[in-house]
Amino acid sequence: MKYVDEFRDGQLAKGIATAIARAARPERSYRLMEFCGGHTHAISRYGIADLLPANVEMIHGPGCPVCVLPIGRVDQAIRLALEHGVILCTYADMLRVPASDNLSLLKAKAQGGDIRMVYSTSDALNIARKHPDRQVVFLAIGFETTTPPTAVAIQVARAEGLRNFSVLCNHVLTPSAMHAILAVEGGVKLDGFVGPAHVSTVIGSDPYAVFARDYAKPVVIAGFEPLDVMQAILMLIRQINDGRSEIENEFTRAVTPEGNRKAQALVAEIFALRDSFEWRGLGSVPNSALCLAEAYAEFDAERRFACDYVAVPDNRACECAAILRGEKRPQECKIFGTVCTPENPIGSCMVSSEGACAAHYTYGRFRESA
Amino acid sequence: MCLAIPACIVEIQNGDQAIVEIGGVRKECSLVLLENAQIGEYVIMHAGFALSRLDPEEAAETLALFARMGQEAA
Amino acid sequence: MSQVKSGYARPLDLKNGRVDLAHGSGGRAMAQLIAELFAAAFANDYLGQGNDGALLPAASGKLVMATDAHVVSPLFFPGGDIGCLSVHGTINDLAVMGARPLWLAASFILEEGFPLADLQRIVASMAEAARAAGVPIVTGDTKVVEQGKGDGVFITTTGIGVQREGIEVGGDRARPGDVILLSGSLGDHGMAIMSKRENLDFSAPIVSDTAALHGMIDSLLDAVPTVRVMRDPTRGGLATTLNEIAGQSGVGMMLDEAAIPVKPAVEAACELLGLDPLYVANEGKLIVICAPTDAERALAALRAHPLGKESCIVGEVIDDAHRFVQMRTALGGRRMVDWLTGEQLPRIC
Repeated sequence: MKYVDEFRDGQLAKGIATAIARAARPERSYRLMEFCGGHTHAISRYGIADLLPANVEMIHGPGCPVCVLPIGRVDQAIRLALEHGVILCTYADMLRVPASDNLSLLKAKAQGGDIRMVYSTSDALNIARKHPDRQVVFLAIGFETTTPPTAVAIQVARAEGLRNFSVLCNHVLTPSAMHAILAVEGGVKLDGFVGPAHVSTVIGSDPYAVFARDYAKPVVIAGFEPLDVMQAILMLIRQINDGRSEIENEFTRAVTPEGNRKAQALVAEIFALRDSFEWRGLGSVPNSALCLAEAYAEFDAERRFACDYVAVPDNRACECAAILRGEKRPQECKIFGTVCTPENPIGSCMVSSEGACAAHYTYGRFRESA
Repeated sequence: MCLAIPACIVEIQNGDQAIVEIGGVRKECSLVLLENAQIGEYVIMHAGFALSRLDPEEAAETLALFARMGQEAA
Repeated sequence: MSQVKSGYARPLDLKNGRVDLAHGSGGRAMAQLIAELFAAAFANDYLGQGNDGALLPAASGKLVMATDAHVVSPLFFPGGDIGCLSVHGTINDLAVMGARPLWLAASFILEEGFPLADLQRIVASMAEAARAAGVPIVTGDTKVVEQGKGDGVFITTTGIGVQREGIEVGGDRARPGDVILLSGSLGDHGMAIMSKRENLDFSAPIVSDTAALHGMIDSLLDAVPTVRVMRDPTRGGLATTLNEIAGQSGVGMMLDEAAIPVKPAVEAACELLGLDPLYVANEGKLIVICAPTDAERALAALRAHPLGKESCIVGEVIDDAHRFVQMRTALGGRRMVDWLTGEQLPRIC
């Protein structure tokens, strides 16, 4: 696969690994957070930790939209399917997330809920067209990469007068989450960020400037492939050594400073900023999520259906909050790997394959067992 | 997050709909979020939509950079 | 006035007809379905006996029996269909036990309304698969369920074979130092299925690898009778099968990612859907675990057979009390290849 295979080359990886080992000063440690769940997955799946010196530690951040979605939001989707009889369309990632009453979307489907997995919002629109007599709700999740497709769907629904289509909107924003992590009093000590790949193709590299400025933390935007991640780590180490805190772009083949203006404009038209939104693990974060703009209220499932959000606290033994903020590692959670496993996930970090706990359990738990 | 993949536009049908190809696999992809996409261009596709273009020159430069890292360190 | 022909029965409308409840009721309609569709296609002396069970000759040696239900959807996919899949699947279950497959039984659960034309296609495919494999379908059963209570057709095949003399294979026989061989590329079947499923449609040159492996296994055992483990990595893929064996044998495994063959189109399709080829189903591949001294000969025997041309060594068995299956990644790092969690669902995030 072009533009994929070349960026996974083992020989080149060795070269970058050697450069990292040379650059990392032995007298200090480097704590770097990779924000994006896709990067967490890549790091675990390729065993990148084995290629880094011991004093370079990767902290897994909350950039996994499945992981940060509160239980109460999944409950809303389930209620729409089971109590309101809608056709609930969702990306596959959400199907196994545990919600209240021992349910998940998959279990609700087994109970008779009409819950359908879609790969794209276009599929959800097709379902709405095919079933004009049924209400079709699309469960919208994701950071800025996934928001434009939802915007397009709403625009198309309006143009076609698809009155039976609506969206349960849970889109969240990356820079706000990064603020929330950095602003935590006495929070996790971080030396730099590996910035998300595809979110940045949409929002551009400009929005990260504020982190370098206000928090004096370097950010290197990294592509999706393992070599990209390693190169970004090298660039971060060099910045830290030099005492610089700049925004650098490693993913120049796809990220520009201004990003995708067309997508941004569409999102700005269709969506509005929520005053605040509850994030699993981070609590209430201001200006961090989107809802449908007033002009598109007719497509807002939260307004169309009597289905209010009810906050549900996490299991008390669950350390997801601390793990999502990078304060604890999965292994430090008392129920990790015993009660809480990918088969029986208690918290959000274990549910998505990109969650820190799931990634560590699935790909890396042999490291502790040696 | 964001499982997205570089794919080559092989066909454009009525303006915004395209067929892209990756490794011999063809899939439908919407170009509505991009301006002036051409056949032969590589785009990054996510959930059925092309979100950005891939710049071949920058890609080549990045790979060359990786190779240089290795040589400098060696 | 012409005389009504005696014994006249209107033949099955195989072009436009559909299965109806009468076909499962045990009466004339069912007898006709069996005679004109099933028996005509499977055509062998045992079926011709026409009794409730097939009377088989005495077999010399230890008997092996295996059974498999097939519920694949869609029923027809690039490279095969539920019919040949069900024949190959049970033949392979017997063959990996070191047994020569002798006879198959096939039972069908048909959904009311299922087109007879499709049923005929499936049955013809089964007949051809059985004939090519040299394993006749000697007895069977048919039931019909109401519309909405079945996915078109479900097929269960059961097979009986005789274990080859002197062959001892089993999932608990792998030992540290043993070599792990794989007969060809991973993920072909699972991705061929995905390529036809609703909501995940894409036109790709991916063809199911469904095949009967007993011929290749016979040549392998001729060359290396001391093979320790044989298994075909079906549902759950290579990863699941190796984890099962590691658990049974009380060992660990170390795989080499660079050595594992995956066709480019399968790799791309997996990439698109966020799936890992290690967990995708195969229906015509073999895993062999043998002592290191046997590895070269085993590899040569597999490669000499048309179904095993791409055979390769993919890893080794190691000492590990945790029974982990690990892998050296193409990048030079290490990761676990854990048990599959739930259903393999495509990711977008």
